[in-house]
Amino acid sequence: MAGGFSVSGYGPERGSWSKLFARDAVTRRLDWPLLLAAVALSLVGSALVYSATRNRTELVGDDPYSYLFKHILNIGIGLALMAGTIWLGHRTLRTAVPILYGLSVFLVLLVLTPLGATINGAHAWINIGGLSLQPSEFVKITIILGMAMLLAARVDAGDRDHPDHRTVVQALGLAFVPIMVTMLMPDLGSVMVMAVIVLGVLLASGASNRWVLGLLGTGAAGAVAVWQLGLLDDYQIARFAAFANPALDPAGVGYNTNQARIAIGSGGLTGSGLGNGSQTTGQFVPEQQTDFIFTVAGEELGFLGAGLILVLLGVVLWRACRIARETSELYGTIVAAGIIAWFAFQAFENVGMTLGIMPVAGLPLPFVSYGGTSMFAVWIAIGLLQSIRVQRPMSA
Amino acid sequence: MTNIPETGRTPRVRIRLVIIQVLVFSLLLTLGGRLWYLQVRNGEEYADEANGNHVQRVVDPAVRGSILDATGVPLADNQTRLVVSASRTELMKMKDDGDAVLTRLAGVLGMTPKEVGDKVRLCDAKTPQPCWNGSPYQPIPITDEATPRQALQIRERAEEFPGISAEPTAVRRYAAPGGAQTSQVLGYLSPVTDAEIQAAKDTASPYLRSDSVGRSGLERTYDKDLRGKAGVTAYEVDKLGRVMGKTQSDPGRPGSNVVTSIDARVQRVAEYELNEAMKTARLETDKITGRKYEADSGAVVVMESKTGRVVSMASQPDYDPNAWVGGISGKDYAKLTTKKSNYPLLNRAIQGQAPPGSIFKVVSASAAVRGGHPFDGKYNCSSSYSLGNRSFANFESKGYGPITLGRALEVSCNTVFYALGHSEWKRDGGNQPKKSPSDWFYKTARDFGLGKETGVDLPNEVTGRIPDRQWKKDFWKANKDVWCKQGKKDGDYAEKIAFENCLEGNRLKAGDSVNYAIGQGDVLVTPIQMATIYSAISNGGTLYDPTVGKAVISPDGKQVEEIKPKSHGKLPVDAKTVADLNKALAGVATNGTAAWRFGGWPQDKIPMHAKTGTAQVYGKQTTGWLATYTDDYTIVMTISQGGTGSGSAGPAVRKIYDAIYGLDAKGQQNLKKALLPKPQSALPKIQGDGSIDAPEVKPYDPQKEEPPAEQELAAGLAAQAPGRRD
Repeated sequence: MAGGFSVSGYGPERGSWSKLFARDAVTRRLDWPLLLAAVALSLVGSALVYSATRNRTELVGDDPYSYLFKHILNIGIGLALMAGTIWLGHRTLRTAVPILYGLSVFLVLLVLTPLGATINGAHAWINIGGLSLQPSEFVKITIILGMAMLLAARVDAGDRDHPDHRTVVQALGLAFVPIMVTMLMPDLGSVMVMAVIVLGVLLASGASNRWVLGLLGTGAAGAVAVWQLGLLDDYQIARFAAFANPALDPAGVGYNTNQARIAIGSGGLTGSGLGNGSQTTGQFVPEQQTDFIFTVAGEELGFLGAGLILVLLGVVLWRACRIARETSELYGTIVAAGIIAWFAFQAFENVGMTLGIMPVAGLPLPFVSYGGTSMFAVWIAIGLLQSIRVQRPMSA
Repeated sequence: MTNIPETGRTPRVRIRLVIIQVLVFSLLLTLGGRLWYLQVRNGEEYADEANGNHVQRVVDPAVRGSILDATGVPLADNQTRLVVSASRTELMKMKDDGDAVLTRLAGVLGMTPKEVGDKVRLCDAKTPQPCWNGSPYQPIPITDEATPRQALQIRERAEEFPGISAEPTAVRRYAAPGGAQTSQVLGYLSPVTDAEIQAAKDTASPYLRSDSVGRSGLERTYDKDLRGKAGVTAYEVDKLGRVMGKTQSDPGRPGSNVVTSIDARVQRVAEYELNEAMKTARLETDKITGRKYEADSGAVVVMESKTGRVVSMASQPDYDPNAWVGGISGKDYAKLTTKKSNYPLLNRAIQGQAPPGSIFKVVSASAAVRGGHPFDGKYNCSSSYSLGNRSFANFESKGYGPITLGRALEVSCNTVFYALGHSEWKRDGGNQPKKSPSDWFYKTARDFGLGKETGVDLPNEVTGRIPDRQWKKDFWKANKDVWCKQGKKDGDYAEKIAFENCLEGNRLKAGDSVNYAIGQGDVLVTPIQMATIYSAISNGGTLYDPTVGKAVISPDGKQVEEIKPKSHGKLPVDAKTVADLNKALAGVATNGTAAWRFGGWPQDKIPMHAKTGTAQVYGKQTTGWLATYTDDYTIVMTISQGGTGSGSAGPAVRKIYDAIYGLDAKGQQNLKKALLPKPQSALPKIQGDGSIDAPEVKPYDPQKEEPPAEQELAAGLAAQAPGRRD
């Protein structure tokens, strides 16, 4: 095919920018439903962030728009990162995986140094200049890329149908290091997401069922061990207790979930209208611009608005599944599957905790929540998905 | 999309991808289902909970209306006190929960920081009093006795006292203009109970914990009018209790003023003279018991004869209603409710009942006429009346021979009425009563309004008692067990009576009807009932419901709701009989048992009518009654255990008339001195700003008239010695 991309090339050819909008150009081959759904989620998120922060003077000071502006700026950076990722292409990134992986693990380790910062009990941030970063967000990407590189290498080369045990062990080892560091922070939410990513990646790689089942068993055993050995902090135990019994201490531990559920429930079918939610303007729900952003949607936009967010997430995941299915390389499939596992679980956990069907964990809602690092990470992930689609080999 | 390439992927991976996709969409569906459940199915429940979360109601109590006398003088109004309060929500926003502010405040108010801190803490199971029992969004009063200097300090240094306010606040005051306390008529307020708060919680006018409710007297009858409606502002608050905005507000309205027909000046005279009469009676010796008269209680009613409006009403013993303001102390409450104090909370004008004695004879005379005995017929006034082996004596066993009913009233001849009562009893079948006896004496008493409430606009009026056949039966049923246990045929007096009652207490006997005919025995009346009856004789026969309230006027004076006189019937006799009674009662004042108390009265200008009464109460000294009226006013006074009616109450009643009409002891009228020569008909004017044009009430100064009064009293006492009849 006489497209702008060579079949074997690892990057865009020179002059591709001039053909950006030509027939068979990148723009033509992008997965537009995926992009539009992600953009739509970001825009809805902007409105919700504004509604949740405009009168929280302790956050925004005198400028009710300050969080909105920062959020839109983050989206802009995210879009740029996506474009950059597409431009580089996931195959180029494949060669850079060792470096990216090393960098991300280094950043995660930095959190444990005095540069690290604690927010809401999770010691998961590093402050550089005025900027706070959450390296575990990037680790999610590098785990996906790193594991995919290892697991797909021999299959894509045509040596084997499925990754061998040795490769699987190597891949698990690669994921194990940053997961352990993240657990030490402790950032339990991210650990859960990473574990699910590992599971998704293994599933898609075609690793034998024994590995998949073994991993599930290990996960369960690990959870029990963590609980029994008292590795959890008090606040984490309290969150689980409140989840098990929501009526428990509504002014204390159960407060967040209780108020979150009141906010969502009071929205009814159509909601109170953006900016009119009494639970939101009254600031009854904590962390409403980040982890509990879905409650703003529930209260102010109602079932229709909150349902729309779920539908848009569904579109993103549907397109991602399609991309995973249609690419010819196992590498692309595994990367897409890792992203699917990440988005799906993180969205489920985030929305689920506001609805009272999951315990509280500090995770942002992809594209919607306020927060720079997570916004950058999910847009890079979109860039990867688009790249997989764009660079789909046109012939076998 | 057209050219989907071979992926070259193994079936295992393809199946795994399907599994992932299924899992992903199940998760999303789970979320969607749960969202629907919370928002659509249970949405309303959560909406209610959200409302409860963020709306706080702040209630602004309405200023209670005043109770005014007929000329606009406030009998009960509000006094402004400086109340220092703290806003808890403001204090809680501070880093130290307002400790520093409260400590500074304690310094200014001269209290300890602990005292102040205790006042603003919220009551709960673990917190003992003192603590704040009301809404935490309501300003919490710390003191209501701040001096202007303290208030000024707080307000001038507002930046040092954030959340603290020093505001003038209305507190109830019973002003006692000119010394007229009007205690029992005004009544009192006491704090609202938990049950009342609960009951009114969801109504338009909820109570505050700090609210007081009218418990007695006018404060109770007109509580709704006086109370007004509290303003309610619903604030939307955030999680920290910070106010974000008003959602709705109901401005409420201040309480209306109640104008009464009480004239503070006459009230003062009535209170003073009643008390004086009782003090004087206590100096006299009762010839029957040989002790000084107890004069333990008394009451007087001054009523407009033509309308039933109460011009004054006094009851002794009385008390200062200000004791209730700001919550009555335990000591004061005990004082007001013990036997030793003889229950000053009772308004004996409507709640005191006693046998009427001879002032009942107007009822008996009317009953006789209804029974067919002509008013002008001749009835033998013998010195005694025999009934079987018992003899009922006339007063001091004096006989007047055959006289008319009118004359019998004038001289208060008992035997005439004994005979009439007895003959009616016999006509109704005596000991074997007819199936439907006429019972004129009992029926007439009921038709005069006795045995039931007059309908006065004061709470807890008592009915008195007409001891008719039905009552005898009921009373016997209730008591026969005790009587039959106690009764002894040959016991002492009480035991004999009990024995007799046990056997035939259910039947109306000759002795009962004879005693009853002169207002003795089991019959009980209240002063207000007798005032109603004598007013009716004065006004030609209309029995009015006595009223104290005359109008309810809005605080700005614009809406006036008059309380019109209502009647509960006519006297059950024809106009001629009313005229006959009227004439006879004038005779009592000029030529009968009350004449010695009305010497020099200008009868041609202001015709005086009177009837005296002295009732025997078993085990006690006699109760004196004096019922009097002119064309405009009816005055009934009674003094328990004070001797004869004319003797104990005579001078006091006359002095009240003297003050009303401006008469001196010789009967010379000086209209300038007259307090109320004609009943007050116009209502006082209340200005738009709530101010009232009211005359100043000068204290009643009986000293000026004392020399002649004392002479007269001395003369009266001297004249009484030979024995005056009632």
